[in-house]
Amino acid sequence: MMQSPSRTLSDPGLYRRMAGASIVAQLRYPGTFIIQAIGNFVTTLLSFFGIWSLFHRFGSIAGWDIGTVAVLYGLVNVAFAIAETLGRGFEVFGGEYVRTGSFDRLLLRPRSTLLLLLGHELRLRPIGRFLQGLFVLAAGLWLAPHVQWTATLVLPWAIAGGAAMFLGVLIGQAALCFITVEGLEVVNVLTYGGVEAGQYPLTMFGRWLRRFITFVLPLAAVCYYPTLFSLNHPDPLDVPTWIGALSPAAGFAFLGVMVLAWNRAVAGYVSSGS
Amino acid sequence: MQTPPSRSDAITVSSLRKTYRIREGGSWRGKTRDIVALDGISFSVPKGQIAGFIGPNGAGKSTAIKILSGILRPTSGEVQVNGLVPWTNRIAHVARIGVVFGQRTQLWWDLSVSEGLALLRDIYGVEPERFARNRARLADALDLGEIMDQSVRQLSLGQRMRAEIAASLIHDPDILILDEPTIGLDAPSKLAVRAFVHELCRDRGTTVLLTTHDMHDIEALAERVIVIGHGRILADSPFEDLRTTTLSERILELDFHDTPPALTLPAGAHETARELHSLTITFDPRQIPAPALVAHIGHLPGLDDLRISRPSIDEIITRFYADHAA
Repeated sequence: MMQSPSRTLSDPGLYRRMAGASIVAQLRYPGTFIIQAIGNFVTTLLSFFGIWSLFHRFGSIAGWDIGTVAVLYGLVNVAFAIAETLGRGFEVFGGEYVRTGSFDRLLLRPRSTLLLLLGHELRLRPIGRFLQGLFVLAAGLWLAPHVQWTATLVLPWAIAGGAAMFLGVLIGQAALCFITVEGLEVVNVLTYGGVEAGQYPLTMFGRWLRRFITFVLPLAAVCYYPTLFSLNHPDPLDVPTWIGALSPAAGFAFLGVMVLAWNRAVAGYVSSGS
Repeated sequence: MQTPPSRSDAITVSSLRKTYRIREGGSWRGKTRDIVALDGISFSVPKGQIAGFIGPNGAGKSTAIKILSGILRPTSGEVQVNGLVPWTNRIAHVARIGVVFGQRTQLWWDLSVSEGLALLRDIYGVEPERFARNRARLADALDLGEIMDQSVRQLSLGQRMRAEIAASLIHDPDILILDEPTIGLDAPSKLAVRAFVHELCRDRGTTVLLTTHDMHDIEALAERVIVIGHGRILADSPFEDLRTTTLSERILELDFHDTPPALTLPAGAHETARELHSLTITFDPRQIPAPALVAHIGHLPGLDDLRISRPSIDEIITRFYADHAA
C-alpha cells in the first residue's frame, strides 16, 4: 500500500507511542495491575509445583530429569508471556473489534491493521508468568546434569521463536473471528494447551500429538529441540541434536503464515462487509 | 443548487453497486442469496459543499458511507474521493478524510482527550506545529478546554461528540463524513455541532457528507439532500425543492372563543380537523394563495387568532418515503 506523503512517524515509532499510551492507561489503576501481576506469578508457579512434586516423588520419569523439564517449562512460559504481552489486541479482537464493529474504525486509520492491533495494548500483566518462567528456566539449568553453557546461547533464540509462534496463534485466532466469533475457545487448545504441552518432553506424547506439535504447531521446534541442544541430551527418537540450533526459525515461519492468513482475512472482510 | 463549473468535485460516484451474499437459515451449508444494498447509484459532491445523505433504515446509506470511507469494496461501479479510489488505496485515502460515526468512539476510553489527540497526531503523521495549531483551533471552536484532561469514559455524550469531531479533524482532512453526528445529543449540543460544521465548511472549504435521521440537521446544514431508498437515489435536490414537490401544502389553524362555525372553503382548501375551539384547514398555496384564503375567512364571527404553518420536515420526509414506498 502507498505511504501517505505527510507521514512523519515510522511504524516502530508509532508502536512505541501506542504501547506507551497503553501502559499509562494500565497504570491508571496501579493496585489492580499489581494484584493481577502477582496473581499471574502465583498461578503459574503453582502449576510448576505440580510438575516438581511428581519428579520429587519419582526422581526421573521415562529418562527425563527435573532439570530438563524445568528448562522446557521455563522456555515455553517465557515465550508465551511475551506473546501475551504483545498480542493482546489479537486476543480480544473478536469481542472488542468484530462484535462491536469497531474494526471499521481501525480501517479508517492510515496504518496497517497489524500495527494498530499490536499497539492496542502492551500488556503488563503477563510479567508474572514471564518472571516465574525465567526463574524456573534458571533453576533448570542449574539442576540439569549436562548443560552445554555455550549451547545455552540458543535459548534466547528459542524464546524469540516461541514468542513468534504464540503470537502467530493469536493472530490466527483473530483472523478466524471474521468467520465466527462463537466457539473460538477452541483456539485455547493451541495457546494454553500449547503451553501445557510444551512443558513436557516430546516423547511423553503419543504419535498423533507428537506430529501435531512438530509439523502443524511448531512447538517442538521452539522448545523441545533447543532444550535438547543446550543440555546436550540425545533425542530418544534419534533426531540429531543440532536441529535444536536451527529449529526456532519454524516459529517465525509459522508467524509469517499467520500474517498472510490475516491479510487475506482482512481483504475478505473488506470485500464482503461482514 | 446548480454546481458552478469552477467548483471541482470532491466526491464522484457512478453506477455504484453492492450486493451482500447471505446464508439462509444461518447454517453453514444452507443456500445463499444475494441482497442488493446499492443498486447502481451515481452522484457527485463539489468541493466545499455540505450534502445531506438520508434514507430510511436499510436503504443502503451505511453501505455507501462504508464504501466512500474505504472500508468496504463495492461489487461494481466507480468512486473517486479526492481523486483516489478508496478501496484500492485504503491508507492513502483514509489519511485525507475524517469520519465521525456517532455511535462509536474513535478515541481511547482509558486515555484523556488530550492523550488521544496526541496519539492520532502520530497515527496520521501530523507535523508538531500543524498539530499544535489545529489542536488550539479545535479546542477553541468546540469548547474542549475543560474536558481536555478528562478520560474519554468520563465524558457526557455531548462532550464526547465534540471531542470526536476534533479527533476527526486533527489532520486537516479535505472531506468530512459525519454519520449520525447528533444522535442522542441534547438540544444545546446539537446546535453546537451544527454551528461548528457550518463554520468549518464556510471558513475552510471542507466538503461534508452528512447522514442523519434528524431532519433538523439537514434543514440547518445541507445545501442539498440526496435521498436513498432500496439502494437507489430517489431524489437529489435542495431541500426546498423536496418540500415543494412532496408536500407543498400549508396548514391554517383557527382559534375561536366558541364552537367554530360551519364554513364553505374555496377550491384547494379543506378542513382537516375540528375541535372544541379550533379548526384546522389544509390548503395548497398554488391553488389558493394564503392571503386570498385569509381574506375569504377573515371575518368569521368569534375568531380569536389564526396561524399559518408548513408541514414539519419530518412530515415531509415521511410523506416522501411513503410516496416512494421506501
